[in-house]
Amino acid sequence: MAKITLDNLAHSYYPKQASEDDFALKELNHVWANGEAYALLGSSGCGKSTLLNIISGLLHPSHGRILFDDVDVTDAPTAERNIAQVFQFPVVYDTMTVRNNLAFPLRNRGADKEYIAARVQQIAAMIGMEDQLDRKARGLTADAKQKISLGRGMVREDVNALLFDEPLTVIDPHMKWELRTQLKSLHHEFGHTMIYVTHDQTEALTFADKVVVMYDGRVVQIGTPQDLFERPAHTFVGYFIGSPGMNVLDAEISGQSATLGGAVVSLGASYGAATGKTQLGVRPEFVRLTTDGTGVPARIRRVEDVGRHKIVRLDVGGQEVNAIASEGDSIPADVDGVSFDPEGINVYADDWRVEPQGRPTA
Amino acid sequence: MNKTVNQKAWFLVLPVLVLVAFSAVIPLMTVVNYSVQDTFGNNVFFWEGLGWFEEMLASERMWSAFRRQLMFSGIILVIQVPLGIFIALNMPKKGFWASFCLVLMALPLLIPWNVVGTIWQIFGRVDIGLLGYTLDKIGISYNYTQDPVAAWITLIVMDVWHWTSLVALLAYAGRQSIPDAFYQAAKIDQASRWAVFWYIELPKMTGVLLIAILLRFMDSFMIYTEPFVLTGGGPGNSTTLLSIDLVKMALGQFDLGPAAAFSLMYFLTILAICWVFYTVMTTLDKRDGV
Repeated sequence: MAKITLDNLAHSYYPKQASEDDFALKELNHVWANGEAYALLGSSGCGKSTLLNIISGLLHPSHGRILFDDVDVTDAPTAERNIAQVFQFPVVYDTMTVRNNLAFPLRNRGADKEYIAARVQQIAAMIGMEDQLDRKARGLTADAKQKISLGRGMVREDVNALLFDEPLTVIDPHMKWELRTQLKSLHHEFGHTMIYVTHDQTEALTFADKVVVMYDGRVVQIGTPQDLFERPAHTFVGYFIGSPGMNVLDAEISGQSATLGGAVVSLGASYGAATGKTQLGVRPEFVRLTTDGTGVPARIRRVEDVGRHKIVRLDVGGQEVNAIASEGDSIPADVDGVSFDPEGINVYADDWRVEPQGRPTA
Repeated sequence: MNKTVNQKAWFLVLPVLVLVAFSAVIPLMTVVNYSVQDTFGNNVFFWEGLGWFEEMLASERMWSAFRRQLMFSGIILVIQVPLGIFIALNMPKKGFWASFCLVLMALPLLIPWNVVGTIWQIFGRVDIGLLGYTLDKIGISYNYTQDPVAAWITLIVMDVWHWTSLVALLAYAGRQSIPDAFYQAAKIDQASRWAVFWYIELPKMTGVLLIAILLRFMDSFMIYTEPFVLTGGGPGNSTTLLSIDLVKMALGQFDLGPAAAFSLMYFLTILAICWVFYTVMTTLDKRDGV
């Protein structure tokens, strides 16, 4: 187990970089604390896997250093880093039995025979494959194969970190939940540093203590699920997390209020004179429907009933706004506007969140 | 599902039937025809029954050609398959040098067989050939026209030079289809280079390797032109392989009956071996196809 430090780390797949756009991974400084479970969340192609492969040593970063417990391992090969990694698509050794597949990483490191046998049995119980230990891995279903890959990743107890690269993509939903729970309990039991790459926010939020959100080769926010929900640091985080995501609306900001489609919205805090492209971010949970002409003028486009609640899709001066209404509420026919709960308003300048200069205590 | 009965559909398969009849069935039947008859010329034939087959099965000449043939196919398979795999594993995976190697490897495959024979025939000559002359100068006794061992070595080296590329290219294609994640997982698991080959590369290449072995076996079992040009079957009968012997019998001695019986058995042997290969391959496919 180790603390992993990324020091001015950046990576480009091109030999020469003309601009920042050539970097698959933009400069990054971060310390992955020993024993924490992290989720690396982002849409496809945002550099998640690049970062993961740099940590495991499968990829050599073009810039910067990586340290395990303050030892520079930037040039160390994968084998020396003592990392376990599980990939998106199942990797099993077809000609070996399930048992040998699980034992393989231990055997290669010359572990004791009795220890291997006991450990393999333990892992097999965890992934629920005890009764299939002696069959060949060839011909198993994709999710059985992926369970073997997961098992092989977890079989070593002394690893510095466990890395997961979207490991549950091929597993069916019921099993997904079960395996995720097991990964989590494994984390509690052994306290490995775990980094879990995913583009599924539910997976990220349920698995991790801390979620690292990446966008376009950059880490845009690191925080607890609650941080990400309440104070998204970047409009992408707001939009990416939550279902539906945060409403992001162009608005003019001055002091304690914003002007949006001709109407004035109170922000509940002062933001000075925010410059650049200024926007309001409001989660659908904080959008209220109004009928008395006091809100920002809006028109209902449609209402979707998703069972637990209703999603109201509105048009506010040409911009789309979603609101969430509870299942019992009836949506009045004469809705002519929306208001925003000041508690739930975030202000963005050029996509980055602006800290309020002092929010009056309620 | 209801099947419609329409006998006119036969007309649709007729062109194929006609083609196959003229290209394969009728020529083969003339051979069958010869194999059960005897002639003293003037186009007069006598019924011979299975006599030629019995004579051929008892013929030491045929059996020794058969043994030489098996030895030849066996040796070239034992050399070409591992060598081909080895080359494939060491070829660059992408970039300019990958294309360069592919073209280089494909070159021997593009040379006509009799040209290959001629190249090696001259290359090995002690008086003007680069190989023969050099070997002779450094004191190694080498003369493929007189020494059976030298003739065999030349024959084998020639075939390895000509055909190893085929195995290498097929194995290369098989290796290219292995996803990177397998190599990465092997690194994470600290697998040795040998383990990567044995547990990842070889199992993933099994399919194409079987095809390579089948192709190389068939081709080498039927080989005619190159040894004919190189040694003409000599010295003595030491490199007289089955097809060379067959041609000698059919065209040299004009023994049509025995030659026909001989060629039918030759054909059936190859067919039987291909069938075994086919069965093995389809069984493997089924095992993988879950």
